[in-house]
Amino acid sequence: MIRYILRRLLSTVVVMAVVAFVVFSLLYLTPGDPAAIIAGDIATDADIHRIHERLGLDDPFAVQFGRWVRALAHGDLGTSIFTNLPVTQLIGQRIEPTVSLTLCTLVVSIALALPLGVLAAAKAGTWLDRAVMAFSVLGFSVPVFVLAYILILTFSVHLDWLPVQGYRNFRDGAWEWLRHLILPSIALGTVYVALITRITRASMLDVLAQDYVRTAQAKGLAPGDVLIGHALKNAAVPVMTIIGIGVALLISGAIVTETVFALPGIGRLTVDAILRRDYPIIQGVTLLFSAVYVLVNLVVDLSYALFDPRITY
Amino acid sequence: MTGRTVFRSMALTAALVLATALGAPGALAQGQKVLKFIPQADLRILDPITTTAYITRNHGYMIYDTLFATDAKFQVQPQMVDKYELSPDKLTYTFTLRDGLKFHDGAPVRSADCIASVERWAKRDALGQKLAEATESWKAVNDKTFQLKLKKPFPLTLEALAKPSSNVPFIMPERIAKTDASTNITEAIGSGPFKFVKEEWVPGSKVVYVKNTDYVPRKEPPSWAAGGKVVKVDRVEWIYIPDSATAAAAINAGEVDWWEQMPPDLIPVLAKNKDVKVENIDPLGSMGVLRFNFLFPPFNNQKMRQALLYVIDQNDYVLGIAGDVKNGHPCYSYFTCGTPLASEVGAGPMKGKRDFDKAKALIKEAGYKGEKIVIIDATDQPIVHSQSLLTAETLRKLGLNVEVQAGDWGTLITRRSSKEPIDKGGWSIFHTWLVGPDVTNPAVNFALRGSGDKAWFGWPTDTKLEELRDAWFAAGDAAASKKAADAVQARAFDFVPYVPTAQFILPTAYRTNLSGVIIAPVTFMWNVEKK
Repeated sequence: MIRYILRRLLSTVVVMAVVAFVVFSLLYLTPGDPAAIIAGDIATDADIHRIHERLGLDDPFAVQFGRWVRALAHGDLGTSIFTNLPVTQLIGQRIEPTVSLTLCTLVVSIALALPLGVLAAAKAGTWLDRAVMAFSVLGFSVPVFVLAYILILTFSVHLDWLPVQGYRNFRDGAWEWLRHLILPSIALGTVYVALITRITRASMLDVLAQDYVRTAQAKGLAPGDVLIGHALKNAAVPVMTIIGIGVALLISGAIVTETVFALPGIGRLTVDAILRRDYPIIQGVTLLFSAVYVLVNLVVDLSYALFDPRITY
Repeated sequence: MTGRTVFRSMALTAALVLATALGAPGALAQGQKVLKFIPQADLRILDPITTTAYITRNHGYMIYDTLFATDAKFQVQPQMVDKYELSPDKLTYTFTLRDGLKFHDGAPVRSADCIASVERWAKRDALGQKLAEATESWKAVNDKTFQLKLKKPFPLTLEALAKPSSNVPFIMPERIAKTDASTNITEAIGSGPFKFVKEEWVPGSKVVYVKNTDYVPRKEPPSWAAGGKVVKVDRVEWIYIPDSATAAAAINAGEVDWWEQMPPDLIPVLAKNKDVKVENIDPLGSMGVLRFNFLFPPFNNQKMRQALLYVIDQNDYVLGIAGDVKNGHPCYSYFTCGTPLASEVGAGPMKGKRDFDKAKALIKEAGYKGEKIVIIDATDQPIVHSQSLLTAETLRKLGLNVEVQAGDWGTLITRRSSKEPIDKGGWSIFHTWLVGPDVTNPAVNFALRGSGDKAWFGWPTDTKLEELRDAWFAAGDAAASKKAADAVQARAFDFVPYVPTAQFILPTAYRTNLSGVIIAPVTFMWNVEKK
């Protein structure tokens, strides 16, 4: 298994190199000029040209790419064209809110979706199953930003229970930290709950129809033991896959959630950087995202062995 | 790898995340008066000289001070300067600084700092460049006194040093002001009423300032950028909230105290809350601009540009941009209405009933052959987007071949610098807006320039307009200045470097526990008290 992990980690480097090249090429070809944005509305051609020269934006593609790769090899992701702050520092400032939001959403989603999915499968065809499926369809259908506004209006403006926007560091107090994450986590997690619930239900129904489950029931095992001990464990592999895919969905979904709730996370950093063509940030964040995706996939693959002893590496 | 090992690894990862969280910066001290403010944009660039972005200008006013400042009566008042003299031949200004001026790093403000700052500013700012042309030398007499020697009298010297909007001649330490004028400064150290807390700056989210307890304000009451800058809070947090519905909810719920600029459609939402005051605190507002590309047909033809003056209805643009007639009005002037040089000289074609027949006749005279007109639009900027749609509709009514090419603001300001023809990514028209102080006279209204390649995007060439502008600079007194400005405007309405589309104000909203908000064309944060 160690050799498998090492091989996968090595492939991560290759994937990231390809991503780096593709992203750099796309940015080079994309219309938009950070020099024009830096110069502001009242700039002249000469102003923009001066900034172009200073930033080295007139250099050929190979020169610019070579310069970036050299810096990257030294662990330097570059400096933001606009703020003059190192990209690593900017990412460092933003990583905590995004990690916190993603973790909270994952915890809430899994805690809700697994029982709902199991329950719906166990009571298939009943009103309970239909209610869970109706909730699931609703969860899929309501856009994140619509749900976010409804939550803000209800729980922040009218009831004054939770804050509208912003983020507090964990160090400033666990309760304050959590308070600022409850609404964003619900808004972001609803689609995710719906997705995991449906997959869990389908996977459970499949397993519940297997011979060994019938055998367990025939042996007189308690329904709970059959459901959790036999069925759920064997239904877990597709559920784990969807949770892994969901992490990727969460990161992209976080962009909208972070914007609506004004959370200073990686998602907003990325959107802001794209809008103003801050190339070093876009490249840095894309590299980070690709690494996270590859590593999440690795963790998911490894987790299969936990649930299914037939899978070995 | 066993299941137990995997779970142990996961637990370790969770512990690392927790450790990251525990390592974050701490909370602020209790009992502080904190003013929470939603700015109109995100602060990205700290250097108020390399960029003209208004958010950077506002940041400049927080941490820097100026030698002179303009007050609400458009009069120049000393600010950092205690006294000044002009020699009888009007060629030498002698300035003496006030006592007690100190930079945020504790160093005293010296003549050398002022000279280096003004010289750097003069390399970038249009009015500054005019001053530099007239300047023979700057000389420090001692640490508190310095002289400006002119080659020829320059009546606008003090107006230039008191310029209220971008670029503002802010005073920085000499070592920072020596930075090349095209390179962004990275240290934000001024001698102004607030100090910038760089460690707490999260670009795209939050900017923090604290009261500069060493600042010695002037004794006079505040008036625009002039007078006493008395700070009445301990700390100011600029919280950038990109979503306007969230910003409205935040001020409604009392999480923030002040929202600088709100979209008109949210005014009714906030007006219902008795704890929130919606107000127009900007006496000059902003001016909408419809800019032509002078390099290619059809708008390289003067008659085509004149035709638009007969059909553009400023009332429509007021509604389109500001949503309500209360938030704007037509302004048939190339100089901000409500300022001394504003007039309606030459504005006849823009006023009264719109005359499509006259416009069509002019288009026929221009020999329009159905060339495609490309309007570049920025859908993420409501002020630009609404103007683009209105102009496109008007041009279509005239039977012109119009295409609106939508993108974002970043794309628009890149594309507008293209001098290529339409079929190679060029453009015919773009819209923007300029704040009132940037359009008050021929010196600062850069969109009026007719200097060809050196002019603003669109690159109009008109030697007559340039000559009239130079004549305005040479005007000796207020009456002569007004007469010269009228001549500039009359020529502008004939040549049509751009079409002014409306004057509008985007209101501000603040909680009623705030008082002392200064009525001015720039948002100032001194004098504001929070109960």
